[in-house]
Formats: sequence, C-alpha cells, structure tokens
Amino acid sequence: MATASMLVKVPVSVDADKCIASKGCTVCVDVCPLDVLVIDINNGVALMQYDECWYCTPCEVDCPTHALTVDIPYLVK
Amino acid sequence: MSAEYAEKEVDILVVGGGTAGPMAAIRAKEANPRLNVMLIEKANVKRSGAISMGMDGLNNAVIPGHATPEQYVREITIANDGIVNQKAILAYASNSFQMIQRLDKWGVKFEKDETGEFAVKKVHHLGNYVLPMPEGHNVKKILYRLLRKNRVDVTNRYKVTRVAVGQNHRVSGVMAVDTRTAELVFIKAKSVIICTGAAGRLGLPSSGYLFGTYENPTNAGDGYAMAYHAGAELSGIECFQINPLIKDYNGPACAYVTGPLGGYTANAHGERFIECDYWSGQMMLEFFRELEGGNGPVFLKVNHLAEETISTIENILHTNERPSRGRFHEGRGTNYRQDMIEMHISEIGLCSGHSASGIWVNERAETTIPGLYAAGDVACVPHNYMLGAFVYGEIAGLEAVKYCENMSADKTDSDFMAHESERILRPLKRKSGITPYQAEYKIRRLVNDYLQPPKVTKKMELGLRRFSEIRDDLNDLWADCPHNLLRAMEVHDILDCAEMAAVSSLYRTESRWGLYHYRVDYPEKEDDWLCHVQLYKDGEGQMACKKIPIEPYIFEPDAGDVQAYERLRIVARDML
Repeated sequence: MATASMLVKVPVSVDADKCIASKGCTVCVDVCPLDVLVIDINNGVALMQYDECWYCTPCEVDCPTHALTVDIPYLVK
Repeated sequence: MSAEYAEKEVDILVVGGGTAGPMAAIRAKEANPRLNVMLIEKANVKRSGAISMGMDGLNNAVIPGHATPEQYVREITIANDGIVNQKAILAYASNSFQMIQRLDKWGVKFEKDETGEFAVKKVHHLGNYVLPMPEGHNVKKILYRLLRKNRVDVTNRYKVTRVAVGQNHRVSGVMAVDTRTAELVFIKAKSVIICTGAAGRLGLPSSGYLFGTYENPTNAGDGYAMAYHAGAELSGIECFQINPLIKDYNGPACAYVTGPLGGYTANAHGERFIECDYWSGQMMLEFFRELEGGNGPVFLKVNHLAEETISTIENILHTNERPSRGRFHEGRGTNYRQDMIEMHISEIGLCSGHSASGIWVNERAETTIPGLYAAGDVACVPHNYMLGAFVYGEIAGLEAVKYCENMSADKTDSDFMAHESERILRPLKRKSGITPYQAEYKIRRLVNDYLQPPKVTKKMELGLRRFSEIRDDLNDLWADCPHNLLRAMEVHDILDCAEMAAVSSLYRTESRWGLYHYRVDYPEKEDDWLCHVQLYKDGEGQMACKKIPIEPYIFEPDAGDVQAYERLRIVARDML
C-alpha cells in the first residue's frame, strides 16, 4: 500500500531567536493537550509536527520567553 | 506472539486528569492518605481536558437564596424531557453549594457582589443558576497544586485502551500505552474511576478540520468505548450533544456569559426568536429551524450594548475557556460593537455535561460493574456541566475509597493482557496501510451523513453498514510512530461511539429532546418511551439495547413548567 505526504501550513509558529529549547526547556511540548509539538533536535527549537491543533493556547501562554504564536488554522480561519 | 508489558499495582486508578479526575484523586487521598491513588492522563494534567484554559462560569450553581436542590431537580427533569434518575440529579444538587465553597476556599475565583456574596445570574427558564467566573482561568493550576500536595501519583501521556474485569466480575485494572514510546503497562487496581470526558471527535466540524471540534479533541470517546468493552451499561446515548457556537471557530458564543449582560441569540433581522438561551434539545430545535429558515442564519447580538458592557464581555470571552475567540474575530474583522456574530450548530457528540449520553451511574457514581466508577462528561448525569464533574468526581473518589478498604483486587486472566497487547501494537508492526487520519476522517464524515439529526431510519441503517465495513478496514490501520499509534487507538474509540450512537438512536422509535433525537419517521414523543435506553454488549459480544423504567420521581415536575420548555419560540415572530 503506497502512501504520500501532503504539506500544510500549521497554526503554531516558533520564534527561533526566543525559543530556549536548546537550554532544556520543554514547557510547550509538555502542556500541549494534543501532543503535536516536538523539539527539533537539529536546531534545538520547538516545532509543530502534527497538524492537530485546537488553538487552545497553553503553549503560547505558558512559554517562558513568549516564543510561540498560535494562529487559527487556515481551514477554520 | 505475546508482547512485553510492564506491571504496576495501585488501589485506585483514576483515568483522565481534566475536571472530574483530579477532584476524584484529591478527595480520595484526603479521605485516606494511605491508599495508593494514581491519576493517569492521555495529555498532561497541567493543561488537560475541557477546562484546559479555565472556565468562564458555572452553569448550574445551586446556591441557597437563589435556588434549591428541589427546584433544580425539577428544572433538569423538564430540560431532559423526563428521562432522568432524579436521585442522581439530587445528589449533584445537594452537593453543589459545598463544592462551590470548597473551590472558593481553594482559590478558584467566582464573581461576587459588593457584599461578598456570590453574584448569581438568570439564564435558565425557571430558576437562577449561573455564576460567572471572569477570572476563572486558573482552575487547572489550583487542581494541580492540590494533586501534588496530596501526593497523587500523576502519570501523564498514557492512553488507557481497555478496562479489565476479573474472574469475580469486579474491575481489576487497565491496559495502557505510553503515547511517546509505545511501551505497554498493565495497571492492576482495586477500583477504577473513568473521567475521560466527552466523545468530542464524533461528527466532523463544518470547517473540515478534524481537530476544530466543539469539545477538546483529546476527548475522543475513550471512556465510552472502554466502559462498553468492559461490559458496563451506557445510557441516553441517543440524546446527542449539539451546541450553538460561533460558526467555523466552533467554540461557544457564549450565551451564558452575554445573556445576563443583555446579549441574545437573534435571527438575520436582529430579532429574538427564542425566549430562553439555556441549552436544551427543545432550544436547539428552534435554533436549527431558524438557521435553516428564511430568517436565518442565527447570530449572537451584543452590538446594541454600551461600550463598557462590550468590553466586559470581550474580557471574559477572550481570556477564558477558549481565549483564541478574540483572534478569530480579529482575523475576520468582526467587532462586537458593530457586528452580530454568525452562529451555527456543532457537529454531534456524546456528552452528559451538556445533554445526557454517558456511562450509566447511580447517585454514588457506581457503574454496573463493581469497583468501576464514572464521573464528569462521560457519566450519565444529565446537564451536569463543570460543577457536576467536580461534584461527581468527589462522590466517585470517596465511594472508591470505601470500596477499596474492604476489597482485594480481582484477578485478571492473562489472556486479556496478551490479547490487548497484540491489538494495541498491531498498527506499529505494519509497514504501510490506512493512516489513522484517513480512517478517522471517513468515519466522522459518515457520522455527519447518516447520524446528524434530523435522524432518518434508513440513513442510520446505511451508516451502520458502512461502519461495519470500516471495522474490517481497521485491520489495515498503520502507525509509523507512537503518536500516530495513539491516533490509531482513538480511531477504534470513535468507531465504537459512532456505532453506539446509531444503535441506540434506532432503538428509540420516537422523537424526544428536541433536535437531539428528532426522528423524522417517528416525529412524536410517546409515553411508552418515557424510560431509559441502556446500551450494552450482549452475551454474543453484539451491541444491544434494552429499556429500563425511570425510578419514581422524588419531585414531580409542575405541568405549567413543562409547557414553558415546550413553548420556547417567540410566537409574534412566526406571525410576520
């Protein structure tokens, strides 16, 4: 069974200059109810890996450096 | 081949760390600190469940001087069209005020007047039950602090897949999978409390975005499925949840916040068409008719209010419960000062917090399986809302403590673990197949096509046929990582809930609860159906339903009050 991947614009964006994941912070990954965020090990910055967002905003509100912004998903906007 | 799984043992296992779950765990530990109480959660207890970002108000506060338990029981009996176990409603109502006082003492902020009294507002048809929480954003933080203080064993990022029943037909534990590593664990428990919330990923939102649901989409109906497979009875599944909401944003508008401040639900002409904004099936039917009719669609109207009032509304709606409401409006250029806000109805879900679908429980939160309790949106105590989740969480926690004190854990047959381990890990073992995303999308699209009210017999039968085809397809479900395995396991829960919704709706051959169970080919409400419909797994493993009578009412509803709920439409508008 063959599969394909489809690119989508995701609602959570991360300001790499502000993100302190490289210092060990995982607050956004920890609080996300849908578990859609990961730390990108290549550059030590948080990343939205799965397009499964409820735009509920704990990641944005709890981020200690205000590095995350939650937008409304394009399909909902 | 049998997969490896770890084993743990606790006294009380609470499944789900949203609203009812933390309360159950905290109150159980407070009652008996020696018991080993674990709270297991699919997300992270800090920010999980329906109140992840707090709550903007209590919808059903029974506060002396404003309402009595008796009055509340009568009101909910009527609002749920007579299908209630009044003892269970009364247990909530009698404990409502002490729970508000407890939460108040813990630091949860409720609106108070200048004398320090709770500032109760009127939204319901008959009594006064709404208590705003303009600063209600810190509820989860307070619960988390108390979980820590009471040394509850908090286990995050595990999905419980099945509840085990032991050789003596008592609950004996659960199987769970780590959502980040796919490691399995069997947790032996004397008592299990299911607090997994609504089945919110059942219908497909009109936006088409799978996770843009009314409910927190982590609530995929896991608890309904695990109770069913364990052999517990469920009730009122055919009484779907459908809510009024901001179109596309798909969150509450929210009439309970705006109503007491002068806002109301209006049609395209800006005119009221219902007398009361309290959510009931009857109200939703009028909402649906206006939406589909020539005066539709429907709007929330606040643009006639003073600047000061609008600012207050914005402050509550944009900082609490669903704070991204503000940025949604901003994106569309909607300003409450000038514009009415377009509304719609939600996709269907199962949720006793708003309507009545749930695991059958009595006034002690006991299910039909000894040692298994349920509380919150997943437990059948109609119109229970957040405060009901807290009250029943407490009841379940305290009852589980009493149960555990005299009981040893039942022994689970090891076949259960072997079979369940194999079922869980199957999608990971494949190298390709149907993705959870595709399977879920298809099930939920079919739910909209065939189950969304108005309900039609033939459509629901077709739906069941398609669901059974998809059940075969689930053998090909493929997960390439533990995260997608979580989604794959949820697909099973969603399909179970879809089948339950169809089977119980077909069984009840009448119409009741307004839009929630409006069957076009059985349009009338029938006295023969003034009973509960229980859904369960029969001896052959098939989904079955049966009627059970309603216990004699403690408080007979007043005939005049019944009519008040049936005559919600404003007549003058119909004449135009």
